Amino acid sequence: MNKTWLIIQREYATRVKKKSFLLITFLGPLLLAAGLSLVMYLSVKENINHRVLIIDEKAPAFSNLQNTPNIEFNYGTGMDINHAKDVLFNSDYTCVLYIPRNIERSNTSKLYYKKQPSGAVIRVIEDKVESVVEELKLKQYNISRDEFYDVKTNFVLNSVKFTESGEEEKLDKAKSYVGFFFGAMIYIFIFLYGVQVMRGVIEEKSNRIIEVIITSVKPFQLMLGKIIGVAFVSLTQFILWIILTMGILTTVQSTLFKDYYDPTTIATQTQVTPEIAMQMQMEQIDQKKFDLLDPNNIINRTNWPLMIGLFIFYFLGGYLLYSALFAAVGSAVDNETDTQQFMLPVTLPLTLAYVLSTAIVENPEGSLAFWLSIIPLTSPIAMLVRVAIGIGEGGIPIWELVLSVVSLIVGFILAVLLAAKIYRTGILMHGKKISYLELWKWLTHK
Amino acid sequence: MNDILDIKGVSKFYANHTALNQVDLSIAPNKIFGLLGPNGAGKTSLIRIINQITGPDEGHLFFDGQPLSPEHQQSIGYLPEERGLYKKMKVGEQALYLAQLKGMSKAEALSNLKEWFLKFEITDWWNKRIDELSKGMQQKVQFIVTIMHKPKLLILDEPFSGFDPINATLIKNEILQLKEEGTSIILSTHNMSSVEEICDDIALIYKSNKILDGSVEEIKEARSGNEFSVKYAGDHMAFTKALWVDAELKNTQTFANGIHNSTIKLSESKTTNDLLKAILPHVRVLGLEKVIPSMNDIFISRVNEINQENDE
Repeated sequence: MNKTWLIIQREYATRVKKKSFLLITFLGPLLLAAGLSLVMYLSVKENINHRVLIIDEKAPAFSNLQNTPNIEFNYGTGMDINHAKDVLFNSDYTCVLYIPRNIERSNTSKLYYKKQPSGAVIRVIEDKVESVVEELKLKQYNISRDEFYDVKTNFVLNSVKFTESGEEEKLDKAKSYVGFFFGAMIYIFIFLYGVQVMRGVIEEKSNRIIEVIITSVKPFQLMLGKIIGVAFVSLTQFILWIILTMGILTTVQSTLFKDYYDPTTIATQTQVTPEIAMQMQMEQIDQKKFDLLDPNNIINRTNWPLMIGLFIFYFLGGYLLYSALFAAVGSAVDNETDTQQFMLPVTLPLTLAYVLSTAIVENPEGSLAFWLSIIPLTSPIAMLVRVAIGIGEGGIPIWELVLSVVSLIVGFILAVLLAAKIYRTGILMHGKKISYLELWKWLTHK
Repeated sequence: MNDILDIKGVSKFYANHTALNQVDLSIAPNKIFGLLGPNGAGKTSLIRIINQITGPDEGHLFFDGQPLSPEHQQSIGYLPEERGLYKKMKVGEQALYLAQLKGMSKAEALSNLKEWFLKFEITDWWNKRIDELSKGMQQKVQFIVTIMHKPKLLILDEPFSGFDPINATLIKNEILQLKEEGTSIILSTHNMSSVEEICDDIALIYKSNKILDGSVEEIKEARSGNEFSVKYAGDHMAFTKALWVDAELKNTQTFANGIHNSTIKLSESKTTNDLLKAILPHVRVLGLEKVIPSMNDIFISRVNEINQENDE
């Protein structure tokens, strides 16, 4: 055991000290934060004002479009569209909105621009034009707006789970998407670190140090030490990523975007009182579904301690299982290019679970979801997608979770024992292409 | 005193061939034992069994009188034929790691290693990565790594391959020194001439079988036959005529100034005195010595015997 610990330490230290580890660990969150900051920056930058020149062939129907804080509507009365296009180039107008004569029938109009306006700006203009077109049509058919709203139907089917205690709960698809996100993370990380174990095995085998090491320790200890060492590397990387990403995001938010989130700045810009500015900001955030005070927000409806706890368990369980198989693959080959023939059966179940997790999101309590979340090869992804909707009342039954956890533990123990049999023979084989038949012989050899 | 290693009836079978067939060997303490044989004879299989990398399918091994068990791994040092170290690891770190895996404490390993690094004049390499060293330098590091835990039994597979003559001599002296200090050593090689001068005992392995073993002196004595090499000045024809039926001329080398060197095989009952009596009147004898066969010759003649036995 003492020697296994030495191996764990070496595997951990050599990887953590590598430049590539430091690079990925520190650059990863930086890139992520940079990406997020860019999105935030661009959405702030969208506040640049648009001056829209309207060529209205149905004048004066569209002469009453309300300006918004960043869109100003102007009217080119008597101007034809070709002239307006010339004007667009030689003025500070940013777009030309062309309202054709037959707009009620065609239901389209054109927006000419110099620089592509954002989706949000286009949507605002669309909404405003749509509402005027509706108005025109209502007049034409002589229908009042109230009657129109009454007729217009937005049908919703609420699916409600009826539980034993008589409680009703909505099946929560948004929650499954949180699970889907965690499942995807597990998929990526099992591959990332599993392949590291495989490379380590190939390295030891191809540079022949393996023969020196296994005169000091059992092959099983070496394999286990490597797997556990890399597991610690992965946990280190997770923790650093979480801390760094949060740190960077907080810093960026409080420096670069300080003005944007400060109500007094908004107040001076828009000439309203800070209180109103605050309210405006709240509304704005609400629209973006960022309101962390809202109990209905998906961030708040997710049971984070449960999700993170299960994420760590299923990641470790899945990683132990798959990295043992990756180690077996590594031991059977002389170099990385030869791994391909053995990789498919290892990667297939994991990839399948990932691909099928969209189906699990759709139907988290179906029999496909059930079996995928019990079989240890797929459960790390499948179960995480499912547990996101909750466990116990209204979620998946506790016995299913327990069964899945137990079967994953049994699964990885079996995988490690199985892999060890291939590993101890494979590491001493050189210069020979190994077939599946050969692997089977190694497995069944006493 | 127990034999350091006693191998009794060890066999190893692979899917379609037998790697070792009922091999018995005794390795005496404080001796250098040559495990000789061509490539593929089964030497590496035997070494792996001694190192407990694989187990024997039949037979038993005893280390210092006790059945061989994993705890003995700490008392064995092994230099594999295919050398290998972690290429990206620093020399010192790596040596410390391997020493600790052999059961040494960190402090003990550190002081031992410092000594060896000084002795081999490689203290500057401590912080270099293995892949920054030349092949010969890597070999030196590997040799130190093999012996640093002061094993009772040292197994060296092709110890001199990859060393230049200077370093090969250095290693050879080191091996002799270790023997002086009480280490028992197994040298495995297919290059018999490279080790025969330093081995005390040998075993020949051929096609999974042990075909000959014993002390080098005794084997050579037993296999030398009654052959002598005579160096003389004079007429070769006169020399030949002087020989009789119990002294058979095997071959002759002729040098300048009428000097010859002939190999004579005497029948069992005759001695060198009989030979000298016969030739002294005819030529001037410059030298006479017994022909000692090389290990290579012994191996080839033994293999021929085996093949003949099998044919019969």
